[in-house]
This record gives sequence, structure tokens and C-alpha cells, in this order.
Amino acid sequence: MARPLWQGRRIPLAWLMLTRQPVRLAVALAGIAFAGILMFMQLGFRDGLFDASVTLHREFDTDLVLMSPRTVSSVSMASFPRRRLVQTLADPAVQGITPVNWSLLLWRNPETRSNRSILAIAFEPSDPLLLDPAVARQAEALSQRGRVLFDERSRPEFGPVAERFRAGELVETEVAGVRVRVAGLLDIGPSFGADGNMITSRETFLELAPASPPGSIELGLIRLSPGADAEATAERLRRQLPPDVSVFTKAGFEEFEKAYWRNSTAIGFIFTLGAAMGFIVGCVIVYQILSSDVSDHLPEYATLMAMGYPLPALLRVVGREGLLLALMGYLPAYAAGLGLYALVRMGTRLPVYMNSDRALLVLSMILVMCLASAALAMRRLGDADPAEIF
Amino acid sequence: MGVRVEGLCHSFGKGAMARQVLQNVDLHIEPGEVVLLTGPSGCGKTTLLTLVGALRQVQKGSVQVLGQQLAGAGRARRQRLRRRIGMIFQGHNLLRCLSAEQNVQMGSDLLPGLSYRSRRDRARSWLRAVGLGDHLAKLPHDLSGGQKQRVAIARALAAEPQLLLADEPTAALDSRSGRDVVELLRSLAREQGCAVLMVTHDPRILDVGDRLLRMEDGRLLAAVAEPVG
Repeated sequence: MARPLWQGRRIPLAWLMLTRQPVRLAVALAGIAFAGILMFMQLGFRDGLFDASVTLHREFDTDLVLMSPRTVSSVSMASFPRRRLVQTLADPAVQGITPVNWSLLLWRNPETRSNRSILAIAFEPSDPLLLDPAVARQAEALSQRGRVLFDERSRPEFGPVAERFRAGELVETEVAGVRVRVAGLLDIGPSFGADGNMITSRETFLELAPASPPGSIELGLIRLSPGADAEATAERLRRQLPPDVSVFTKAGFEEFEKAYWRNSTAIGFIFTLGAAMGFIVGCVIVYQILSSDVSDHLPEYATLMAMGYPLPALLRVVGREGLLLALMGYLPAYAAGLGLYALVRMGTRLPVYMNSDRALLVLSMILVMCLASAALAMRRLGDADPAEIF
Repeated sequence: MGVRVEGLCHSFGKGAMARQVLQNVDLHIEPGEVVLLTGPSGCGKTTLLTLVGALRQVQKGSVQVLGQQLAGAGRARRQRLRRRIGMIFQGHNLLRCLSAEQNVQMGSDLLPGLSYRSRRDRARSWLRAVGLGDHLAKLPHDLSGGQKQRVAIARALAAEPQLLLADEPTAALDSRSGRDVVELLRSLAREQGCAVLMVTHDPRILDVGDRLLRMEDGRLLAAVAEPVG
């Protein structure tokens, strides 16, 4: 008699209790799915923001990066002497360098003539800059003054630049009040910090930003010889260089930018709080549904106890109801999440994608939500007194 | 085996508020015997039934059911014993979300060591035995009162109990189907060699049992009728 009960196949009581009340089930699933969608959206925005903040960072063809210690993020890059970058060439592991200027400048929409901040990156056209071969291919054109490459995934507010360029038109506009001509298109994408990107030569850049001294740069790219240890070289350079520059590995450079958005702004907190709200709302809904379900079925549970079913077997029925609700509510939430992410990508061009980490995180939050509510609802089963049903 | 109740007293409430509902009750039921218990409402019949049915803790006296002493028996022991006791309630107390067949299978599911298929087959044959072979898939909602009570009987018997307790099984039924249900109950219980203790008010069925007991103010009176028929 140890455990003959609830072995082998049984009548799926939890499933039947849920599905024979379709209206209540629909309400419960809608509530859970809503909570799941809320969590998907908030976490998606948060991660998308952090990822978007380094869309450009990832693209750089570099192993190590020099920045000014006064730089706090990509939207406010401080400058440092270019010769610090040249100094690194003394290190045997360093193979090549690219000095880069980096600034937000005003781009005039060639159609509406309104100005908008664009991220301008400048380099010597003969140097490697981005991993994307489109830059190297079109770099030649930048050696002429006043030519720029325009990121075609920039927000539409910058004007129909890509469309007109593709149509073979001559696209000219003003950047920081200086006339420039679009010499090619790039595929980078906007970030939270910059709505659009453009690349030009350092020579042109100095015309656009005359206040920037010629001997100073905002970013130094350092490429190492194959097989060199990036971490060790960075450490060596840190010791050798004066403290007016900081040295990052490429991963450290990306992390530095993400950390800014995560820690120095309210964005991470806000979206995490939003996800937590979804979780709490879901908990309340599921608890309401499950506890009223248990109350409604109390005489039936008491009957089962009178028949000799042990209390743990009945608790498992409630637990299974929670589990079923979680799984059935998760599927529509996941599907809606996929759809809404696509909408967000179209509307904001932010890289918000479903990934398995987030899918699993939301699934486990929904599971916790439903099982915790089930555990609370189980307390009501204690009220089922089989002696009361006669 | 069977039921042996001796010197059973039970009261509700505490201290000055305590109300004695059973006073020194003695009751013996032999295996296979059908005993009817009648009396005015509030006389303690149902309390006696819940005590014999191991649904309540015994306060004073001795209650031996199917060879087990219930005085001092804990929750888990009483729950295990209840699997061997079939119960039929005043309301049918079927599970609303289960079909007739599934409700009965909740009874046969209590039998250890049987496959799902054989538990289901037993449920079906019990439903046929109570004349509901054509209503296997119906929900309680779609059955008449008499049919529901017959499903409840099939469910109680499907667990193959050695003792069957019934509390006014005919209360919700008209006289015709009430009589049918009780006679069915008696004949099926007889086939199983199952003892029956049935509480009833219904004067039309008092002749069904082997013995009729009368209860008043928590005391069991002497047998008022010998078996009829």
C-alpha cells in the first residue's frame, strides 16, 4: 500500500477541470499571455537597447581601442592626442593603427531642410576601419574632399538619401553647414545614441568640425599581429602609455558602452521594473483564477478525499493546473512576442530579436508565477473537510 | 470484519457550549448485511455515519471498521481505510468536469495494481450494471437526478468496498426512481458481499434492509423492524 495511488496513467483531472470551463480558461490564458507579452516587450526593449548601443562598436575592424579617460559614452566622446596611438606602434604585437574622429554633427535633410544630429566617423581612407568590406570598397571615393558615406539604415528623418542615391541622382546636402556629397551607402543601423551614421575622411571632418584640433582624435583602433594576446597587450600598453589615454580590448570597448546605458541611465532600471510589473500582474491574475477554481471545486475535492484520495494527490492536481496554465499561456505570449519584435524592428530599427535566453527567462518567470499562485491556492484545499459533505 | 461500534459518544463545541450528539451508541453490522438507519433530523445519524466512514476523529468509545480500530487513528490511517469504504451522498457529488465513465473510474482508480485500460473497463461494466451503458460519455449536467445517483453508486462500488455508507441517497429523487436506486444498491452490494449502512428518512424504502434501526437524540433505539422480504 506504499504508493499504489497515482501510478501509471490517470484521468487528466487538472486538464479537464481547466478545459471544461472554457471562459474561465480563456480569461486565465489571456491574463498569463498578457503578463508574458509585457515581460517579453520590456526585456526585449532593454536588451535591444543595450545591443543597439554597440551596433557600430561591433563593426570596427580592431583588436584594441584607445579612448580618452574623459569619455563616458559614445554620445560624448572626448579627444586625446593622436601621437598616443602612434606610440603603440612601438609594441611588437601591434600590426596596424587607425586614428578615428567621432562626433555628432547636424545633418540637413535634403528634402525638408531640417537639421538632425548624425554620428560622423572619420578616418584616413587608406586605413582599415569597419569589418564590412563595403567601407574599404568605397573608401577611395572619400579621398576627394566633401564626400561622405551614408548609413542607409539611418532613421527616415534624415531624408530619402539612399533611395535617391540608388536612383542615380546626385545627392548633396549640408553637414554642420558645409556642403557634402553622398558618395556611397553603408549598412550599419541606428542605435539609441545615434539616429543615423555617416563616414567621411579626416580631412573632410576637419572642415565640418573646425573646432577639432588636427592632432587630436576620439578613438584609436589598434590591430594586432595574428596570434597576439589582446588582453596581455592591452595590459602592456596601459603600463607604457601615460594616463591621458585608456586602453580597451574590443569586448571591453563594447562592454564600456553597454555599462554606460545600463548603469548611468535609468533605462535598464525602467525596463526591468516594467518586466517586474508584468510578473506581478500575472501573479495576481493566476492566483485569482486558481483560488476561485479551487473554491468552486471544494466539494468535489472533499468528495475525493472522502473516497480515500490522499491530500497530496489533490495538491498535485492544483499544481498541474498551474503548470498547464503556464505552458498554455506561454505559447501565445511567445507568438505575440515574435510578432511585436518584428513590429518594433520595423518601427524603430532597433535590433530587438527573440533569443533563447530571453525565451527561457520569460518561460521560467511564467512557471514561477503559475506554480507560486498554485501553491498559494493549495492552502484553500485545507478547507476541504470530507466530514462536511454528508 | 464488518462494523463494531461500542460505547461511542460524540459532541460538538467545547466547554459550556458543547452539545452531545451521540450518546453511548452500540452498533454491529455483519459483512453483507444491509442496515437502514432512520430517525428525525438532527438526531445524530449523519454524525454516526461520518464516524463509521473514518471521516471524523473518534472522541470517545470504540469504532472498529473492517478490522481496524478508529479510536486514536490519525489522518493518514483514516484516509487509507476510506479507500475500502464506499460512500454515496445525499447530493450525488459527482465531479462536474468528468463524464459518467470518468467519474466511475475515479472509483476504480483507487484499486492498486491495475492498468488504465482495466480500470476503465471496470468503470464501464459498473455503469452497465446500473443501467447506464448508453450514457458513458455524458457529463453529470446532462443526466437526470436518478441517473446521477446511479453513477454515484457505480462510482462507490467501482472501488470494490467492503462497506458502503449512504446518506439519504433518495432525497433528491422521485419515489419511483428512489425505490429503483435503492433496490439496485442493495442487490449490487449483496453480490459483492458488501455491508451497507444507509441513513434514510424515506418511508417508502424502509423495507429494503435486513434490519431497520431508529435513532433519537443521539441514542440508538432497539430494532424496530425485522427483515421484510
